[in-house]
Amino acid sequence: MTELRILTTGPLTTVQDLGRTGAAHIGVGVSGAADRGSFRLANRLVGNPEEYAGLEITLGGLSLRADHPLTVALTGADCPLTVNDCAAAPNAVLRVPAGGVLTVGTPSHGARGYLAIRGGVDVDPVLDSRATDTLSGLGPPPVRPGDVLPVGPPPPEFPLVDTAPVPSPPEGDLVLTVTPGPRADWFTGEALATLLGAGYRVTPESDRVGMRLDGPPLERRHGGELPSEGMVAGALQVPPSGRPTLFLADHPVTGGYPVIAVLRSAEVDRAAQARPGQRLWFRAERGRGPLS
Amino acid sequence: MRVLPLADSGLLVELDDLDSVHGLYTALRHQRIPGVVNLVPAARTLLLQLDPRHADPEEIERLVRRTPVEPGGLATEELLRIPVVYDGADLAEVAALTGLTERGVVEEHTGTEWRVAFGGFAPGFGYLTGGSARLEVPRRSESRTRVPRGAVGLAGSFSGVYPRSSPGGWQLIGHTDLEIWRPDRKPPALLRPGVRVRFEEAG
Repeated sequence: MTELRILTTGPLTTVQDLGRTGAAHIGVGVSGAADRGSFRLANRLVGNPEEYAGLEITLGGLSLRADHPLTVALTGADCPLTVNDCAAAPNAVLRVPAGGVLTVGTPSHGARGYLAIRGGVDVDPVLDSRATDTLSGLGPPPVRPGDVLPVGPPPPEFPLVDTAPVPSPPEGDLVLTVTPGPRADWFTGEALATLLGAGYRVTPESDRVGMRLDGPPLERRHGGELPSEGMVAGALQVPPSGRPTLFLADHPVTGGYPVIAVLRSAEVDRAAQARPGQRLWFRAERGRGPLS
Repeated sequence: MRVLPLADSGLLVELDDLDSVHGLYTALRHQRIPGVVNLVPAARTLLLQLDPRHADPEEIERLVRRTPVEPGGLATEELLRIPVVYDGADLAEVAALTGLTERGVVEEHTGTEWRVAFGGFAPGFGYLTGGSARLEVPRRSESRTRVPRGAVGLAGSFSGVYPRSSPGGWQLIGHTDLEIWRPDRKPPALLRPGVRVRFEEAG
């Protein structure tokens, strides 16, 4: 059986797939790749079904050795990539020879790289998924140096294209489309205008659960407590400090602070590539509004 | 009923009370609605989490609106007996807050049938309702950084069992050795919405 020997991991490398569904009523969140579009693309490049597990590499730093020849692709953050010390291209189908070493360096921009391996990372699934949920602890533990990860048998499909022309994750300021609500009515009129008019900086207190944002506080119209309710990735939840948290893949299943607006799902992928220090600007998409 | 969109990722259905949430959850949970990946019942809302690539939110909203809410609320599930050793660190505090004796707290806690209303705090955690009104206590003013697995607690009108060691702010009255959460078991969670619960004092 083909195996990957992990040599180094950088700040955080986890096994991810498209996550767990159908168990939120017993408190199990979806988890899975934080930038699902990039994750899917990596799988498509190597001919894997989209749900096969791969590696999510936060801020680079991964190196691994293959015992058998591998077919791989790296997408997402713009990480310098080498195979046996030769520079290799991202968003492309790469071959790593038996005994070869693949390294993924620190990205120049973007936060999360996705490495798909033809055959998928074949660790034992937990509740039908191999995703590491960093909030609940479900799934395999984060990848560590010295780990040996099994690779599954190759799927019947073959890679169809050699490269995918995709833009790099943006540097600098990001403009993200949100739909106001569901609890925009818990805030003052100025709060929504502030959210849509001021930039919010990504703070270092950001991980797979969510990104704490720094900017002008968003004021509530009244006090009172919201009974906990279900959450989604992309929700901008506002704790009493008034500074929003943008929920990502490992967000809690329910939360008790009001959500002022929600990012479009495609924008969650882009937000997941933002790094501490980058500024986010939110632009409203005309929501349908609450229908009574 | 109000249906509040969460961009293209969810529909939050706001209902009058927990019974209506349960009624809609019961009516929807066995339907396979294309694009709906999760149903999340909570105290006053039912969230439909959507896969944006396969969901048509407007069509799903129409379906939700024409779904008759089951009048019986939550389908009644099996009865789970949970043996508890009433030795919790906050038992004396709960007695003081409720005006009961410690013995009285145990009798009230074991004296009624509880039911899982919803989950959400952690995998396998169930918010249990239906307890004695005399057991209503606030959460602790300061959360504990570590509550052991199996701890049995009270907060507001709820009771619950910690499925694994975690931070927590509930008043702890005892502990159980019953494994209420095991990801490799089918079902992994013993406390699913609708499951009835009897706490029994362990001998």
